[in-house]
Amino acid sequence: MSKGFRIWGLVPAWALMLLTLILPIFIVAGVSVGERGAYGGFEWSFDLTAYRQILFTLGWTDELEFDPKYLIIIARTLGYAAGATAISLLLALPVAYWISLQSARDKALLIYLVTLPFWVSMIVRVYAWLIILGNDGMAETVYRFFGGSDVPGFLFTPGAMLVGMVYSYIPLMILPVYAAVEKLDPALIEASHDLYGSRWTALRRVIIPLASPGLVGGSILVFVPCLGTVLEPMLLGGGRQLMMGTLIQNQFGGARDWPFGAAIAMVLLVLVVLVLILNARRATRQLEVQA
Amino acid sequence: MSASRSVRHYPGFRLLSLVFFLWLYLPIGVVIFYSFNDNRLVSVWTGFSTKWYATALSNQSLMDALEVSLVVAVLSMIFATTIALLAALVLTRAPGLKFRRVSETVVNLPLLLPEIVLAVAVLILFSQIGLNNGMVRLVLAHTAFCTPFAFMPIRARLQGMPLDFEEAARDLYAAPFTVFRRVTLPMIMPGVFAGAMTAFVISMDDFITSNMLNSGGATTLPVYIFSLIRQGTTPELNAVSTLLIAASLILATLVLVLNARAMRRSA
Repeated sequence: MSKGFRIWGLVPAWALMLLTLILPIFIVAGVSVGERGAYGGFEWSFDLTAYRQILFTLGWTDELEFDPKYLIIIARTLGYAAGATAISLLLALPVAYWISLQSARDKALLIYLVTLPFWVSMIVRVYAWLIILGNDGMAETVYRFFGGSDVPGFLFTPGAMLVGMVYSYIPLMILPVYAAVEKLDPALIEASHDLYGSRWTALRRVIIPLASPGLVGGSILVFVPCLGTVLEPMLLGGGRQLMMGTLIQNQFGGARDWPFGAAIAMVLLVLVVLVLILNARRATRQLEVQA
Repeated sequence: MSASRSVRHYPGFRLLSLVFFLWLYLPIGVVIFYSFNDNRLVSVWTGFSTKWYATALSNQSLMDALEVSLVVAVLSMIFATTIALLAALVLTRAPGLKFRRVSETVVNLPLLLPEIVLAVAVLILFSQIGLNNGMVRLVLAHTAFCTPFAFMPIRARLQGMPLDFEEAARDLYAAPFTVFRRVTLPMIMPGVFAGAMTAFVISMDDFITSNMLNSGGATTLPVYIFSLIRQGTTPELNAVSTLLIAASLILATLVLVLNARAMRRSA
């Protein structure tokens, strides 16, 4: 490889990411301390109004009043993302483990079946749940079939949002968990059995610890996109319960408060970067323990 | 064997897995099934009909959105694959490269950060520099987040390929570009193809960024579908969704089959 190519081969990738990602994120940071323009948009300045707005509202006499409504949205976003991650984890471990016990041919087929729905457009997948959970949809029909008389209404509930989020991202959990349990040495489980460990003990003391890199990796892959999710809260949650993603979206759509939207986007970015840093530190610690 | 198997098997895991796979395919099946429903109401079945496909295909706004999506996806695929291929070549073939780790992180950056943040970032950037052409905006933004998806299979293929062939070509006085064109590229072609197809699908499917950058004449198919969903569910939507599902599944199968074949050949 020529010396010149080494340099310019990476130039397009760096230029693209600098121009469309790294520089724009700095601009977002700049906008978040800017001032709201008179007709939407914003004006450059240094003003922390947008961040103050997250915690306080202005009272009658311009005094700051603590108002947790945006903190509640942030907490709700974290809660839903954690919930969807936990459900995905609880489902993925048994399913991935079961797949790893099948024959080589079946394993390849089953993993293909896990990834296949992920290729289907996100909007179509969310729409499908809208039909299933909606009025006279499949969920209500099944509910009535089992004797339920007054249908509770499945759509626009926290449950609907969680189902949509788990459905959207669970392949990202199953793949790393499967990669981890697939490498598991069966002799270890047999050894645990020979030492009079129950199945539950083997699961708790052998399988889960050895699969933990996959469990953690999958959790991050699900948790991060769930934090920024937009479609599920809008369509399955009915848009009544705001999440950080929809809140940001609203500021750049109808509400036209760019500095505030940018400030929420920065909070979201900081949350995600924190998760990634914590994970990187955990990974290096693990490497040190192994070494 | 049977004793050892029974120790490793857990009661209930099999049933749970079967229910899981049913649940995974239920929504797709429901959309396809109701797309053939004669009734105006999505979930009230009255008879078999293909009329909603005719309605969908004669909907001009829908066809316009499809055209926007296809143009953006093809251009983003070409740009993203080219950029990813160049980056992957340098990152796998240049020994002692400085900034290797940070360069890999930069290429994969769109995967690490929430899309809504990136969408806001490009929207503000484009409005600041006065870039108002909707199509150019979409292609630029899509190229950025498609690049890591194109990068991963290409890099995997380059890493899995023995260096002997390229060395042999160089020993025979092939110029660097000839080595690339006649040896490296043909050998990594399955990876390049898989990367390009993945980039295409990711671009076609994107909602968050395309919705943020939405403007007249640059409404992509998912954004248009979203506006239809807001007006209420119709069998026409199911027909469109079914066509999209069919296209995605065909592309996905193509990529996975080619990948599997490439893996077998290299093994």
